[in-house]
Amino acid sequence: MSGSLRTQVGQLAHRSILRTLRQPAQIVPSLVFPLFLLAVNAGGLKDATNLPGFPTDSYITFILAVPFIQGALFSVMNSGTDLARDIETGFLNRLALTPLRGAALLSGLLAGAFVLGVVQAIVYLSVGLLAGADLAAGVGGALVIVLLSVSITVAFGTIGLFAALRFGSGEAVQGLFPVFFVFLFLSAMALPLDLLTTDWFHTIASINPVTYLLQAFRSLLIEGWNVGDLALGFGIAAAIGTLGMLAASSALKTRLVRT
Amino acid sequence: MSAPGTAEPRTATMSTVGRAVAWRSIHNFLTNPAFLIPSLLFPLFFFVSFAGGLAAIGEVPGFDFPSGYTAFQFVFVLLQSAAFGGVFTGFAMARDFETGFGRRYMLAASHRSGIVLGYGLAALFRAFVTWTVLTAVALIAGMDVGGSAGEIVALYALAILVNVAATMWAAGVALRVRSIQGGPLMQFPTFLILFLAPVYVPLDLLTGWIHTVASINPVTALLEAGRGFISGDPVLVGLAFAIGIALSLLFAFWARGGLRSAEAAG
Repeated sequence: MSGSLRTQVGQLAHRSILRTLRQPAQIVPSLVFPLFLLAVNAGGLKDATNLPGFPTDSYITFILAVPFIQGALFSVMNSGTDLARDIETGFLNRLALTPLRGAALLSGLLAGAFVLGVVQAIVYLSVGLLAGADLAAGVGGALVIVLLSVSITVAFGTIGLFAALRFGSGEAVQGLFPVFFVFLFLSAMALPLDLLTTDWFHTIASINPVTYLLQAFRSLLIEGWNVGDLALGFGIAAAIGTLGMLAASSALKTRLVRT
Repeated sequence: MSAPGTAEPRTATMSTVGRAVAWRSIHNFLTNPAFLIPSLLFPLFFFVSFAGGLAAIGEVPGFDFPSGYTAFQFVFVLLQSAAFGGVFTGFAMARDFETGFGRRYMLAASHRSGIVLGYGLAALFRAFVTWTVLTAVALIAGMDVGGSAGEIVALYALAILVNVAATMWAAGVALRVRSIQGGPLMQFPTFLILFLAPVYVPLDLLTGWIHTVASINPVTALLEAGRGFISGDPVLVGLAFAIGIALSLLFAFWARGGLRSAEAAG
């Protein structure tokens, strides 16, 4: 990376991080909402561990994977809404007049998502462990969980950037939230894939990448080290991030041409 | 007394105001896909993911709901959609006040309670549309209904009470905050109270803190009564209707206070 590009990314990253940290409305819901659902699901579905074939006798260990994905969904909203606001207020137009590179803009804007991802991962994992969840992979596993969580959060953040650049409106970005929740709910979120007894639901969950992101977290929490599950989780995060960045870059070019 | 030969201006009654407000709100709901589609999709989405994705929970030892897990979850989603129909109407109300349309209502309506009545009627309409689609999907999905026609009517009557209570709650917030920024304040407590009830399994199978909370949560009685109706084994009927009526009245007073607050704000 050239010195100029590094400076540009650094400036935008600094702005993105400050902007995220100064908005409790972005941080608080992304911490409180997933933890509330964690508490409700862990209490309400505890008996699921009595089902033959359930992989653990601790439901909170099983369901602890979910907040990491819910938190990442919030990053779609946060990164997208911030960029949409820049578009709506004309800030992006002003940036377009500078020699700023597109790659710098997009990378810098994801810095806020990165920081939020780290905070979320540490909070979710700490609360989960305090509530009695197991962590079969030990301390090293905790670090990998944080890394995986941040990777997914940043990857989902690129989708928010794409949506903001494509639609140019914060309202449109907010409208994506329920769409992404569909992916979460139609996955092996509450029960393992093998215990999804409804055929069509099992089929959808089998092809839903969120199932395998959850499985990557669960492998560390329940089994220990499962290289295959981890590779799949990181691979899916990388694929989403790459596709999101390509789509966002293309949308940025289109938007700047329009401008 | 009016002067001879001068016609007394006609004053709109509360029901006239209510019908006019309801008509506009229903028109907006039916003609704007951004309002219509989430209202229909959210409950269907919850129903599909709970009834489909958690079907195995019906095989947990001690779970003996006679009509099966689809019917068990249908009742929760029905009551949830009733509550959120009211909350979404509160959003519309807040938006109207934020854009200044609500103030025009306040100036034009001779009976301002009719404004709340109108939004309430619109909320019920929204709920009926959602319930029609939800019920059709549930029946197509093979939901087993063990209750009699009267019991099913009672189930929907309970849902109407939930809708009225939620609408009055949301109206009270909307009239006080008068901005869509009050949305989370309408939505989050509703979400909270619904999910702190026995959503996934019956109360008897809950343990720990969630059992304690669910035992004192009024929504639990509504859910258990609703599930009793659909399976043809009514339980807690009197308590559930008493709670439904009490919540509706309580939040109607809350909404009336909101109306006074909006009037005072001018």
